[in-house]
Amino acid sequence: MAYDKFNILTSTAVPLPIENIDTDQIIPARFLKATERKGFGDNLFRDWRYNADNTPKEHFVLNNPIYRGKILVGGKNFGSGSSREHAAWAVYDYGFRCVVSSFFADIFRNNCLNIGVLPVQVGPEFLDTIFKAIEANAETEFKVNLPEQTFTIVSTGEMETFGINEYKKGNMLNGFDDIDYLLNLKDNIKAFAGERPF
Amino acid sequence: MSNTLFDKVWDAHVVKKIENGPDVLFIDRHLVHEVTSPVAFLGLKNRAIPVLYPERTFATADHNTPTLNQHLPVKDPLSANQLAALEKNANEHGISYWGLGHEKNGIVHVIGPENGITLPGATIVCGDSHTSTHGAFGAIAFGIGTSEVEMVLSSQCIMQPKPRSMRININGELSFGVTPKDVALYIISKLTTSGATGYFVEYAGEVFKNMSMEGRMTVCNLSIEMGARGGMIAPDQTTFDYIKGREFTPKGEAWNKAMAYWETLYSEENAQFDKELTFEAADIEPMITYGTNPGMGFGISNSIPGAGEGSSAKTYKKSLAYMDFNEGDEMLGKPIDFVFLGSCTNGRIEDFRAFASIVKGRKKADNVTAWLVPGSHKVEEAIKTEGILDVLHDAGFNLREPGCSACLAMNDDKVPEGKYAVSTSNRNFEGRQGPGARTLLASPLVAAAAAVTGKVTDPRELMQLQEA
Repeated sequence: MAYDKFNILTSTAVPLPIENIDTDQIIPARFLKATERKGFGDNLFRDWRYNADNTPKEHFVLNNPIYRGKILVGGKNFGSGSSREHAAWAVYDYGFRCVVSSFFADIFRNNCLNIGVLPVQVGPEFLDTIFKAIEANAETEFKVNLPEQTFTIVSTGEMETFGINEYKKGNMLNGFDDIDYLLNLKDNIKAFAGERPF
Repeated sequence: MSNTLFDKVWDAHVVKKIENGPDVLFIDRHLVHEVTSPVAFLGLKNRAIPVLYPERTFATADHNTPTLNQHLPVKDPLSANQLAALEKNANEHGISYWGLGHEKNGIVHVIGPENGITLPGATIVCGDSHTSTHGAFGAIAFGIGTSEVEMVLSSQCIMQPKPRSMRININGELSFGVTPKDVALYIISKLTTSGATGYFVEYAGEVFKNMSMEGRMTVCNLSIEMGARGGMIAPDQTTFDYIKGREFTPKGEAWNKAMAYWETLYSEENAQFDKELTFEAADIEPMITYGTNPGMGFGISNSIPGAGEGSSAKTYKKSLAYMDFNEGDEMLGKPIDFVFLGSCTNGRIEDFRAFASIVKGRKKADNVTAWLVPGSHKVEEAIKTEGILDVLHDAGFNLREPGCSACLAMNDDKVPEGKYAVSTSNRNFEGRQGPGARTLLASPLVAAAAAVTGKVTDPRELMQLQEA
């Protein structure tokens, strides 16, 4: 499914300084029963965000009104575990367009790139600087520049570059997905399939 | 240079290389289940495009299914709706569908190999991270997201950058009471859950050569838990003996041709890996986890390590607080409430044989609720014909019907808040087995020892008593 183009994003950020945040935390399996892609943002971080009786847990960052923005900042090894794309959908549907961490799990990173959430990997020290900046002032703004592949703390100008492969970058800048590309290759694919032994 | 097992299989499937981008990779076999496929089928509908090769996709219902009374309508309306959607989508597109009650129904990673869908040298994907299981046959198999499920349905290809390669060697012979599950949990405890991220792993060495196909599947299944996209083992006589004669395995001349190819699938002596690790079998004990990720595990007789000082201390303490464990606690003797035998990790016949070998002549502990869930109807059938069901019944256990069950607790099989479960599944994440549930991952032997003693117990003690 096509998604909004991504170019330059300037926003405050929501901090989640916990390591190994797995996709079962991002969205627990019992909320994967839909047959359409909608409403997943309501259950983002469900069990960290709500008590069993559905009342909000006041200490969780998403329930703290001083933290908001389109950028989510997580500890290292973000998105490990299940391949459920619902985790990336939940992040997107809640309103995040960019996730920052010092390390991403493979499938989650891929899923994000496929649906228009930009994963930005920074060094561990810079991640720490980002967390400290938000802790000192929740209004701290960050600038994500996809064409130049930079992530900047606006107030101090501290900046790091991040990696993304050229093809995926082009897709995000233009809001393209892979299926259009693959459908154009159909003749090559059919010829290839004809040669497969099984 | 194309000289590792992984390179040989990957390179044979590249339809097109995109400069500074991913490879377009042809997919031989695609498995789908009810949870991660509906939005992909919806995508096809919105674009008004067909499934390109329906005969290369196989569908089963497993994640969201009850494990009792499968002959009755599914009670939960959301689950029922998802199952109905899969059936409708499969029928509409001419895809084989093995729903509830079908003789071939079961967990997607159990039924693939059972029916000969999983073959050496094939590329296999599924919208499930434990697709790595099929690497046991020398296939490149990995989990994908729903956008990619749609890509495979519409074009039989996905776009993937080629991962780096890692080889993990384990030499020597496994000790008494040490199983393939322990081997995998040991490796993960050494690498952490992100130690193999970005890599595709080949398992090599004596331990894997001597392992059964069921054992190899358990190890490859857990590759994702060390962060790897997948893991694989070079096919050998054990592999060929397992697949020969299964329903979807090539027959006659096609078999001979395939065999000639499969026999070339190994890493050359001079093969170069981006990373290579070697462990000794003798260092591996029966394992158990004590925290909230599969890397937080150790030999069962150890005590929980201290948090230390570094930046990870906060996360570590949060994890122990969730488990209600303390630094320095011994795991042996910890009381437990639930035992779960099953899942795509340990839901095969060999796992039930192992469990039965311990509970035979003993009784289930009164404080334990046990859920024994076969990986498929074929596993269930073998449990019955081998007489294992009688052993289980005599010891006070019942068998449920096949499915993913308490591994991810999408159905009613949820461990209650605060309760401890020794599970043969693959993830001990917070809430994985139900909101607030506390999971200790272990082998079927450790699970059986816990089930009859009601606490964390070294299975070797019970095995020695039996042998004496």
